[in-house]
Amino acid sequence: MSVQAPPRAVVVRSAGGGFGIRFGVRHAVVVAALLAAALAVGVMSLGTGDFVVPLGDVVGALLGQGDRRTNLVVLDWRLPRVLLALMLGAALGAAGAIFQSITRNPLGSPDVIGFDTGAYTGGLLVIITTGTGYLATASGALLGGFATAVVVYLLAYRRGFHGFRLIIVGIGVAAMLASLNTWLILSAELNVALAAAAWSSGSLNAVGWAQAVPAAAVLLVLWAVAAAMSRRLHLLELGDDAATALGVRTGRTRLVLVVLGVALTATSVAAAGPIAFVALAAPQLARRLSRSAGVTLAGAAAMGALLLTASDYAAQRLFAPTQLPVGVVTVSVGGVYLIWLLITEARRR
Amino acid sequence: MTRTRAGATMVANDADASPARLAAEHVTLAYERRTIVERLSLDIPTGSFTVVVGPNACGKSTLLRALARVLAPAAGRVVLDGRTITDYPAKEVARRLGLLPQSSIAPEGITVADLVARGRHPHQGLFRQWSVADEAAVAAALAATNTAELAGRPVDELSGGQRQRVWVAMVLAQETPLLLLDEPTTFLDIAHQYELLELLRGLHRAGGRTLVAVLHDLNQAARYADHLVVMRDGEVVATGDPGEVLTAELVERVFGLPCTIVPDPHTGTPMVVPRLPV
Repeated sequence: MSVQAPPRAVVVRSAGGGFGIRFGVRHAVVVAALLAAALAVGVMSLGTGDFVVPLGDVVGALLGQGDRRTNLVVLDWRLPRVLLALMLGAALGAAGAIFQSITRNPLGSPDVIGFDTGAYTGGLLVIITTGTGYLATASGALLGGFATAVVVYLLAYRRGFHGFRLIIVGIGVAAMLASLNTWLILSAELNVALAAAAWSSGSLNAVGWAQAVPAAAVLLVLWAVAAAMSRRLHLLELGDDAATALGVRTGRTRLVLVVLGVALTATSVAAAGPIAFVALAAPQLARRLSRSAGVTLAGAAAMGALLLTASDYAAQRLFAPTQLPVGVVTVSVGGVYLIWLLITEARRR
Repeated sequence: MTRTRAGATMVANDADASPARLAAEHVTLAYERRTIVERLSLDIPTGSFTVVVGPNACGKSTLLRALARVLAPAAGRVVLDGRTITDYPAKEVARRLGLLPQSSIAPEGITVADLVARGRHPHQGLFRQWSVADEAAVAAALAATNTAELAGRPVDELSGGQRQRVWVAMVLAQETPLLLLDEPTTFLDIAHQYELLELLRGLHRAGGRTLVAVLHDLNQAARYADHLVVMRDGEVVATGDPGEVLTAELVERVFGLPCTIVPDPHTGTPMVVPRLPV
């Protein structure tokens, strides 16, 4: 008696043939499961805190049937934070996937190659010179992220694009920017320094709808672009000659992808500061779970959302009532991951 | 346009070939400031199995990369179906002309079927990512290269010969009437080299495709090409039927190798037998 192997890929196609996609079953299941887990953690965090809300009341409030007190706690205080954790996690995961794909290296992540640090420098400069204010800080972070990307890209450019050079140069630039950031905080006025430092390790402790709404608007556009670029990203992985032969304009495509990755990174830095290691770990963890060919944007985004919501939940609960910045949790968990990654990569060579 | 130099053989039947779909017109090719090829013109006869040979660093791979618009000429132009190749949208070129580059990278863990499916990109759109035609083309490409039974296997686990056949399958799935191959037999043992060349000849004869391959081995070139292009120092030295082009005098002049040409005992095509010591 033979058992038929489960299908590896499923095709969905419209009757006229105008629409058709093909996707790996395992990858789709993993992405759906990760998203469901991230949502579950999110709903759980909506109920936990100094004021405990039972699960039924949380769902009621989300559906618009809560009392005033529950609405205030769940919808006004906690929901923006949970939504930001989901969205920024997905943004960081997708940014990590983009850079790991174009550098063809699991270390090629925006937090390792300095783009987070540079975005933070940009935000810091704005805080110190003009004071806090979300949109101003966000613009500073975007400019800082792009300026860093341009510097790293130019320094790493030699007769074309080389992923490994980019990573090495990026690590150096990141170290220099980190010291610059420390110096900026030390030399700033006390109240400014406190505001900036609270933001320095990546924290969702003080976020509200004022950060969540603009971040959501920007990220929706960026994800739409990312979804459209996804297939070209995977063709670039075959090498520039093969990608060109398959109809991809490699230089232009890579430029769009770098801009997209920097924008995803800077948007999250602007909202919550530089949260490390989500971009580094999410794409590789998702790839191992889904056994996909290389990293995928959807898998990395779903894994990033889960990592950040779970880390933020831990940051709130571990030493409650003391609230840790979520970046402290991701650095601790991510540090272990990075050591493991370096060991396995070293063994492979 | 056939560029010849004194002593090279002109071949009569070249003239009555149908107009070339792919041609280089006075192209100058350079990496950074190092010029490899200067003002070179070459027609690829439509429907031919053209093989480009020449000593190392003579510019044959550079020329092939320019014909596939992977390398932009510093001067001159490559013409595809009457228009400058760079005037086409990138995907439009990719529906007419395929390239098997010298080295490609298979993403870690990718299966044969998924890699071959990537060859369909020029025929796909944002919403039409996987059509019935895509499916048929991938199945046909796997069958033609004898890799259908490998479809579910990761490319990393294949032998060199199998892997090269899979890359050929990816280019075949692209379904282009013109197919360029840059040293497709490198890294293969001699049996797999002939297996691949037989595969290419079969594709050429069955599909009416125009094939252009860069090869190192003169005897293989003479066996499989119906149109030979011999290059030296960035210039085309001779073009035409291998039986007439490949003379002892030419081999000695181009490669600096004194030799005798004897007919291949199986095919009758010219076979280079070196006269040693050099």
